[in-house]
Amino acid sequence: MKSKETALDAALNQVKDGMTIMIGGFLGQNAPLACIDRLVERGVKDLTLITAVNAYVGGGFGMGKLIENKQIKKYIGSHIGTCPAAVEQYKSGELEVEYYPQGTVIEKIRAGGAGLGGVLTPVGIGTLMEEGKQKVVIDGKEYLVETAIKADVAIIRGYKADKVGNILYRGTPNSNPVMALAADYVIAEVDYVVEPGEIAPDRVGTPGILVDAVVLGYGEEKTQEIFKNLWVRDKKLA
Amino acid sequence: MNARELIARRAAQEFKDGFVMNLGFGIPVLAASYIPEGVNVILQAENGIFEFEAVTKVGEQDAYIADAACQPTKILPGGCTVDLAMSFAIIRGGHVDATVLGALEVDQEGNIANWALPAGPGKWMPGMGGAMDLLVGAKKVICTLQHTNKKGESKILKKCALPLSAAKAVDLIITELAVMEVTPQGLVLKEVAPGVAVDEVKAVTEADLIVPDSVPEMVL
Repeated sequence: MKSKETALDAALNQVKDGMTIMIGGFLGQNAPLACIDRLVERGVKDLTLITAVNAYVGGGFGMGKLIENKQIKKYIGSHIGTCPAAVEQYKSGELEVEYYPQGTVIEKIRAGGAGLGGVLTPVGIGTLMEEGKQKVVIDGKEYLVETAIKADVAIIRGYKADKVGNILYRGTPNSNPVMALAADYVIAEVDYVVEPGEIAPDRVGTPGILVDAVVLGYGEEKTQEIFKNLWVRDKKLA
Repeated sequence: MNARELIARRAAQEFKDGFVMNLGFGIPVLAASYIPEGVNVILQAENGIFEFEAVTKVGEQDAYIADAACQPTKILPGGCTVDLAMSFAIIRGGHVDATVLGALEVDQEGNIANWALPAGPGKWMPGMGGAMDLLVGAKKVICTLQHTNKKGESKILKKCALPLSAAKAVDLIITELAVMEVTPQGLVLKEVAPGVAVDEVKAVTEADLIVPDSVPEMVL
């Protein structure tokens, strides 16, 4: 079997100006931080970003850096309020924003990766979410048609991967497993790369067949340090 | 007792033993501090955790586990994590017994606005996050908010002016002055805060209030 272990830059060569990318994580937690930091350094621009929420509160961390560096042209997700740069750029017209309820975002992604045209959801009925969308009535109840979305590249975050791309998650997997379905090229950033067979088959959260590149992130020790420092700084820990 | 604590204490009385609950940020999370003795609820964090509590001491945290506000968190015995699609399937699918959420405005028909403030022509912020899903999916929706805004204007309206998060979704409204229930007949005043007269509540409520003959005081 060919190893999918890939150098960070070789994998990120797939991300080109103007592309649509998905980034996993929830407010930066269990997000592919090493890939994001490198994308900032590489300066790839005019990206459309699909993500469940947004940056860690206050920005300056994770995907907040991509927005602060003005590499994102359009944001598709459920919330921008945690990222001051996103709010500022949205107000000034530099950043286009397309909102969907969080449960709808993840279902649109899942549909995109699962060969569905979209999903029918009651969420958003009677709100601005109805604008420009088809409605369907089933058994007397109204639903919105929310169409599927896909990305050119998805960058997800796992704990361990074997060399054929099977992913083991730790803690909260959040949007990562779903995003692995819905992009032409899937980069999985992990703390450990292990040999095939070292992750028990029934502990695999994302099957290797969905993953194109496995890249080593900051590793467990540094990840713990990053979050400890962040949480102490923000008085979440003392 | 300040307004936030009063609202949180009263909201905590709506927590029922065995309930699966999702709490919004602010007062709703504070309510968890006042859960009555003998009542155990299963808390959900919408990023995909059941049965958790915040950790606040260095050394107890794990970078891989945080709640939906990115507060370091520990999963309690019996708890589990799920991915985001499962978490919201559980929310939309009616498997959450109750949610407690804040609001910018709420009205007598149970409409609620809690996601959108004007950010320019046709622009809104900060975004709905998981609120719309919870409002539609949770079996019971409890809305906690201060009765009036900073200008002293009622946030309990005949009709919400801001963009809605969901239509006809709210069951119970708890403020520092009153508890109100949304019924098919209209908004019913169920309780007043200690020392608050019914007329005082009516004076700062734009919504039409149905006032029963006797309105008990909250027991806090």
